[in-house]
Amino acid sequence: MSIDRRQFLLIVGGVAAAGIAGKQTLEVFAENQSRNSKGFAGKRWAMLIDLKKCNENEGCTKCIDACHLTHNVPHFDNKKDEIKWIWKEKFEHAFVEQENYFVPEQIKQKPVLLFCNHCSNPPCVIVCPTQATWKRKDGIVMMDWHRCVGCRYCMAACPYGSRSFNWREPRPHIKKLNPDFPTRTKGVVEKCTFCDERLARGLKPSCVEACPGKAMIFGDLENPNSEIRKMLGENFTMRRKPELGTQPEIYYII
Amino acid sequence: MLEQAFSGSKKYWIWIIILLVIIGCGVLAFLYQFYQGLGVTGMSRDVTWGFYIAQFTFLVGVAASAVMVVLPYYVHHYKDFGKITILGEFLAIGAVIMCMLFIFVDMGQPLRVVNIFLYPSPNSLMFWDSMSLGGYLVLNVIISRYTLDCEKKGIAPPKWLKPVVILSIPWAVSIHTVTAFLYQGLAARPFWLSAVMAPRFLATAFSAGPALLILLCLLLRKITKFDVGSEPIQKLAIITTYSMLLNIFFLLMEIFTGLYSGLPDHARHFQYLYFGLDGNYRLVPWMWISTILAIVSLILLLVPKYRKNEKLLIVAAFTVFLSIWIDKGLGMVVTGFIPSPLGYVPDYWPTWVEATISLAIYAIGLLIVTVLYKVALSMRRMLKTT
Repeated sequence: MSIDRRQFLLIVGGVAAAGIAGKQTLEVFAENQSRNSKGFAGKRWAMLIDLKKCNENEGCTKCIDACHLTHNVPHFDNKKDEIKWIWKEKFEHAFVEQENYFVPEQIKQKPVLLFCNHCSNPPCVIVCPTQATWKRKDGIVMMDWHRCVGCRYCMAACPYGSRSFNWREPRPHIKKLNPDFPTRTKGVVEKCTFCDERLARGLKPSCVEACPGKAMIFGDLENPNSEIRKMLGENFTMRRKPELGTQPEIYYII
Repeated sequence: MLEQAFSGSKKYWIWIIILLVIIGCGVLAFLYQFYQGLGVTGMSRDVTWGFYIAQFTFLVGVAASAVMVVLPYYVHHYKDFGKITILGEFLAIGAVIMCMLFIFVDMGQPLRVVNIFLYPSPNSLMFWDSMSLGGYLVLNVIISRYTLDCEKKGIAPPKWLKPVVILSIPWAVSIHTVTAFLYQGLAARPFWLSAVMAPRFLATAFSAGPALLILLCLLLRKITKFDVGSEPIQKLAIITTYSMLLNIFFLLMEIFTGLYSGLPDHARHFQYLYFGLDGNYRLVPWMWISTILAIVSLILLLVPKYRKNEKLLIVAAFTVFLSIWIDKGLGMVVTGFIPSPLGYVPDYWPTWVEATISLAIYAIGLLIVTVLYKVALSMRRMLKTT
């Protein structure tokens, strides 16, 4: 199996979009990324979040807003039915049991951005009974919302709480509909897909693009010249629950 | 043979109608859930499995427990179980069907259930669980059908049936082992990540199942003329005793490892379960009731004088069953999610919709068991009179 239906559609759509977007697409292109006619190509996508930079803009939710708007993520007021692809969490919840005594206030109080870790060894993929979630060759943990039976085994297996379930019909709760991205139905699981649909068009993930402080660095870990590789080589970074062997691909500068 | 299910006393029909009414309520509740989404249950983003999956887990145990009558009879030639093997197998059929229904109602997209077979995924334990449960159902249907048929005709069962029966023994062990693997293979959920989970599942199954069978046999003696005799019931009581002891032993192993090691990931779950965590005491009274019931049951089962007293044995079987039902059917599944991997302590309690649907599935199980028992017992009564 080389490409599946979804990938095919994305490529076709991507090529078409690239034609329309033309010059604009080329401009948003980071110099360090390899590119072909299908958009960004990567072997191991990853993200680095510089929390120092992130927290310079206190109360900023631009990445969250951009993501949820782009992907038609419904908004529920109650925590029970909540759906979120990217969200903020205090350090003690993002890095459970890793909080020392007498932590600097700016670390203790300031939020950490959380989303799908796109693990190299994703436990959610192993448990899925229908292969509705799978690991792509470029590292993205993908979802097929048409195949998902809604058993929520992936949610039990995810150690990061990154997955959401459509407990209710989501469409009436979408604030502003983006006609370029599918909506979901009730009874399926969803999560961050690293903006695979944007990558296919040569665009960076919408959260990265929306970040005013350039605190989110997205790139290919297999490319030694990528910005993310340089940053990882120069800074001490942390990952969430690395001891579980899931090899999360989201890195944090604290 | 099934025509026997359509002729019965007034009491029989009243019972059937009560069950059908409950099932009807459940169907309505399910339609409501189907159109509204699983949001009508108590489950949430943090507690993604609840009462349904817990009942499924508990009933896999009941299904597996048929092996406790099949094994002594077919392998050890314990003839006294001859009369009740069929009761065990029919109970297993009812329990497996209930298991399947509980999985079905828990799905977000129940109409897509075929995807599990269209895209078989051997890396998922859920695939193996559906295979083993389906296989176990088929085995029990074949075995019970042919043994009953031959009993009716007064001939010996066909030779090929014996290997099928023998196969059903490890198969019964497998269904509950695979069900435990669903949980104990998840690194994200330290509460379930325990090698003793599968053995403990089997111990709970082999105590709650035979306890239920004791109650059913005594009930049948009371309401029908069918008497299995006191010898097999005493044997079942001994099986229940040993299994319950093993269950408590395994539970203490879990608690010791979790609390003495002091690993927060493990200890916090037990703290939630037995003492409450961050102001959430939802399951605490239940778990202590379960503990007290377990102690009472062990006293009644371990003292031979009490065990041999059938009135006290009813109490013992009832306490075993209830204690394990609270432990597995209320505590075990939900506590895997509380506290959450992010350290929150979410709350969960089933809603009326969940309760109604669950009650209806139990009613379906009871209906199946009632009809199958009726068929078998009517046939035996006819054989006796002719």
